[in-house]
Formats: sequence, structure tokens, C-alpha cells
Amino acid sequence: MKHVQGWLLLLPAAILLVAFTHYPAAATLFDSFFSTGTAVRPSRFVGIANYAALADDPVFWQVLRNNAIFALATIPTSMALAMTMAAWVNGKLPARALVRMSYFTPTVLPMIAVANLWLFFYSPQIGLLDKITGAFGAPSHNWLGDPHTVMACLAVMTVWKEAGFFMIFYLAALQSLPPELAEAARIEGASRWYFFRRVTFPLLMPTTLFVLVNATLNSFKLVDHLFILTKGGPDNASNLLLYYIYQVAFSFFDTAYAATLTVVLLALLAGLAIAQFQLVERRVHYR
Amino acid sequence: MRSILAIATAALIGLVAPAARADTELTFYYPIAVGGPLTKVIDGLAAQFEKENPGVKVHPIYAGNYDDARIKALAALKAGQPAQLSVLFSIDLYELLEQDVIVPWDDVASTADDKAWIRSFYPALMANGTYKGKVYGIPFQRSTIVLYWNKDAFKEAGLDPERPPANWDEMRTMARKLVKKDASGNVARWGVEVPSTGYAYWMFQAFARENGQDLMNRDGNKTNYDNPDVVAALQYWRDLGARDKVMPEGTVEWGTLRQAFTEGKTAMMWHTTGNLTAVKDTAKFPFGVAMLPAAKQRGSPTGGGNFYLFKKTTPEERKAALAFVKFMTTPERAAEWSIATGYVGTRPDAYETPKLKEYAASFPQAVVARDQFQFATPELSTFQTGRVRKLLDDAIQASLTGQKTPADALKAAQAEADRLLKPYR
Repeated sequence: MKHVQGWLLLLPAAILLVAFTHYPAAATLFDSFFSTGTAVRPSRFVGIANYAALADDPVFWQVLRNNAIFALATIPTSMALAMTMAAWVNGKLPARALVRMSYFTPTVLPMIAVANLWLFFYSPQIGLLDKITGAFGAPSHNWLGDPHTVMACLAVMTVWKEAGFFMIFYLAALQSLPPELAEAARIEGASRWYFFRRVTFPLLMPTTLFVLVNATLNSFKLVDHLFILTKGGPDNASNLLLYYIYQVAFSFFDTAYAATLTVVLLALLAGLAIAQFQLVERRVHYR
Repeated sequence: MRSILAIATAALIGLVAPAARADTELTFYYPIAVGGPLTKVIDGLAAQFEKENPGVKVHPIYAGNYDDARIKALAALKAGQPAQLSVLFSIDLYELLEQDVIVPWDDVASTADDKAWIRSFYPALMANGTYKGKVYGIPFQRSTIVLYWNKDAFKEAGLDPERPPANWDEMRTMARKLVKKDASGNVARWGVEVPSTGYAYWMFQAFARENGQDLMNRDGNKTNYDNPDVVAALQYWRDLGARDKVMPEGTVEWGTLRQAFTEGKTAMMWHTTGNLTAVKDTAKFPFGVAMLPAAKQRGSPTGGGNFYLFKKTTPEERKAALAFVKFMTTPERAAEWSIATGYVGTRPDAYETPKLKEYAASFPQAVVARDQFQFATPELSTFQTGRVRKLLDDAIQASLTGQKTPADALKAAQAEADRLLKPYR
């Protein structure tokens, strides 16, 4: 009887999880072994043909490479920035609430709104960026229209948007650190940098792991800005995996291939999360 | 407890059981891709139609942009939700055919009057809605590309402000004169800009058509990307930026170009007529609207949305849908719609209405798109249209950014398009 009650309590959450997470994931995997069906051409079992097509698809490899670059460019920077900002606003400074809020503001804005703002920052000639570089006599540059600069532009915007969010976690962690540690360090004559390096930073490691996992997931999940800024262009130079999945599913209507790409994305994210937890967990807790 | 249960059951039954209804109900999805309070206009028209046609209820559902509208309409149909007709992208035709969800309007247009109505639109607007001689799409919100030019900039550069470029060579030489540099040698104003993000294929269709080529056949199963004239067209576009330096090198953003033009950062731009009202409202200088310049001939693709009729409909619903679409496309309403949006009047007699005549007299830029129809070509649309179109978009952007030569880029795109379209031949 106890069992029944326990299961009943779990039921609402379980139903939601199964209906909206586990079943779709399983169905996606299942669909990736079939061809895309239309009314005229019904779907049929094709084995791993979709995966073979994926291996041959140059755009897939390009978006994967883009995603790796995007992750490497945004994650360490936004985390370092978040930690610095948190340390700064954790101290005593005038108008602290205002400073904290202004760091957090970009996070509150919807990505679509942010992208629309930055679209005008990056516009050649009329954009803010060009006005600034122009003041130093640099020629106008087509920031989003040049395959060499487009990824950097997206990365800068994402760091700006994300750092404030991660700062909140670091700030919460910093405030939970016992103040005696700082006092003891001061009495012992440890420099602030030494204290940060040997005490604060190690104590923040669990937060860092949490933020790292989130940042990694976000670097694959965040594609809203592409709809506004570049649509993955020029010539896929800024296309990311999830946006490519959207294109394949809703503009090419190739649901089977989209399912295949989704399976790859899921596997990739699951693999990354497991690796992060297993590898980092070992040395994350301060002893 | 029991009474609560009874009430709940009754409520449930009331929800599930179909209400007895004598009315024919029409649900239609429509996209809006330009600015302005247009949902109100559509709701107003639907209400007016209901008043004139007792016994028919119309539920218009605003569904976002063209992609969203297609996805929502198809999802609704798949889920068994009622939708009898929709305004969808004119180039969705082949996709809708392949999903087997639409029927031709000819099947419901039985009377001579109905048949005459189908033939009352500009032929240029019918091409995207016709497959194997049957009309599936009735033009509603349709646009085309025109050239906007800044008359003040022309005057400043010593050009006749009333004479836009008539051909490619003129556009290039005029654009050279129009480029303005500041003291440190940086460009303060470009000669001409053609957007190449988002709708690159659409802009390129104009170049190709002007150079004498269409990019696809009328059965939607063959593309013409690697034709030498098409390659030459892309070379011309690339050269405007890379060699002649009259356009920014790389891709030009669709969304911010209008502002660049109204702020005087480019003297000419190619853009959709759908932007006409917005440019009119924000430009602080006199501007002109002209047909696109010619190479071998003039040319511009059409674009925009058509009315489609869905297959899963009863004969009564089809009749009501026909009446509704006829109501929505009368000359007077086509004229009002054109004035409110900048979309083109879809039929010649719309331009004969007093309203549009008056508007055209005070704002002659409004009729340029109509005059260009005689040179129009249907928008790029094939089977597997999303992929085939993206191949071209990528090829164009690869050329404009200098990653590939136009010949290489288009040849690769054509090979891939051939592979995709072979099953449909």
C-alpha cells in the first residue's frame, strides 16, 4: 500500500517527463531509421541510410565545427567574466544594487530583442560599432556579412548576454562563503590574490562545474539570435547545429534527417554532460 | 459530490459533442510579413463578409511569418483541426502538393462568373500558383522587387535626379559617381546596395531574369543554376562590391538596408515593394521608385502569399471558401489592401478604382510595381523547395564573400539540386 501511495505521488511528474521528454527522445531515435514520408511517398525503413547521409553532408560537419568554435569562444570568457563581476559586486562599493542590476539586465532581455539590438550595432556604417571604429579612422566593415568576423560577432553578443546570468550563481556562492576565512587570511597576512587563488576559487568549484555544464548546454541550445542576425549565413559561416536542425525540419520538411541530426545532438550533449560530471567531479570539492 | 460529478460530466459532453450548427464555418490561417496593424484589417474584412453572407462564419487566425503560417496550417491539418483555406507563401505550392493537402480552385469554380474571376488576375501573379494547368493559388498579398533611389544624392553627384539607371552599365557608372568618401578616404555613402541575407535567391532571380534566364522550369523539377548567363549575372553582382567598389563587399543585411537607405548611407537600393509605405514614412529626402535595370531585358520575380483551398473540406465549405476569397479579391478590396500595405494590386481593374487612381496620382511610386509585371517571373519554387533554395542562397553568399567563384559555386549548387530533383522528373 505504501508503494502505491509513493508511485501516485510520483505520477504527475512521471507523466510529464515521459510524455514530453522520454517518449519524444525515443520516437526521434526510432524516426531516424525511416525515410521522410509524404502523402505520395510513404515513409519506409532505411536502416542507417540517414546516418550515412549525415556523414556525407558537408554542412553538418561545418555546423559542428562552428558549434565547437562557438562553445570555445563563449564558455571560458563568459565564465571568467561572470566570476570577476561577482567578486567585484560582492565587495563594498557605492550603488551596489544598481551595479548588480546593470550586470544582470542583459540576461533579463529576450534573446530575440537582444539580437535586434545588436543587429543595429553591427550594421555597416549606421551601426554603433562602425561609428566607434570610424571615429578612429578605420574603414567601415561589414561585420555580419564577412565569414571571418561573423562568428566573433555572435560570440561577443552571447558573452554579453550570458555573463550576467552566471554572475548570479557566483554571487550566491560567494555570499555563502564563511567570512571567518577572509578574516583568518587577513590575520595571517595573505594577499588578496593569494586568498582568491587558494581559498575562494577552490571553494567556488562546485558552482563552476554547475555553470560550466549550463554554459556548455547553452552553447548548443541558444540559436534564437540566428533567426534575426544571420540566418546561419553567409554560406553557413555562422550556422549552428540546432539552427540547422530547424532548417532541415521546418524549411526542408525532411523530418527523418532532422531526427537523425537531433539524435546526434542529444548524444553529444549527454556525452558532454557525463564527461564533465565524471572528470571534474573528482577534483571539484575542496578538501 | 454526485451532483458535482454530474455537472462535470455534462460539461465534458458539451465540450466533446459537436454543437448543432447550421452555419458553415471557415477557419483560415494567414501570415503577415510587413509592418502595420494588419490583423485588424483582416478581422474587419471577415466580419463584413459574415454580415453580407449570413450562414457563414469566418475565423481568421494570424499565424506569424510565412514559415510559421505554413507550419501551423500543416500541423493543424495533421492534427485534424479544421482549416478550410489559408494564405500561405506562393512558393509553398510544390510542398503542399507533395503533402497532398490542397485542391485546385478550378474544381470549385463551376459557373462562368467564377471561371472569369480566376482569369481576372495579372498572369505574372498566377505562375507560382499554377501546376499542370490547374490554379491552386489565388494571389492576395503579392510583392515584387523595385529600385529605390535618393534624388538628393543624385543631384549632389551631378546626375539627373529624375532619371534612374535603365540598364546594368548605367547602374554601375551612376553608382560610381554616387559613392561618397569622407576626408580619411572611408566610404560615407555607397552607390547601390542589394540585400543578400534571407532572400538572396529572390534578389538573384532578378539579376538572372535580366540576363535572360529563369532559374527553374515550370514543373518545378529542374533548376538552371549553372547556365553561363546565370553565372555572368552573379559575377555582375559580385563585381559591384569586389571590383567596382560601389557596394559593400560581403553580404548585405536585408533587415537593416531600408534604414541605411533612409539615412542616406546608400544612394540606391533594391528592395521589395512591401517596404514602400515604410520608406515613404521615414525618408527625409525625395526618393524615386523605378523598375529594376535591364541587361538583356528587364525582369523581377514576384513574391508573397496566395489563397489555397484545402482538400479535407465539404462541398458546402468549398462553396463558402470560394465566396470568401472572391470577396477578399474584388478590385476595390485589392486596391485598399495595396494602399494599406504597399503590396501590389493583384488585378488590372484594381488600378481602375477611384481610390487607387487617386492614390497613384498623389504618389506615383505606387504603380511602378504594376508596370513591371510585364517583365515579371515567378518566384523560385521547386519540389524540395527549401533545400533547393538554400543551395542557391549558399552559392550566392559564398560568391559575394569571395569564398568561391560564381562559376564554381553555382556549378556545385546545380549538381546538388539535380540530385535532389531527379526523383521528380
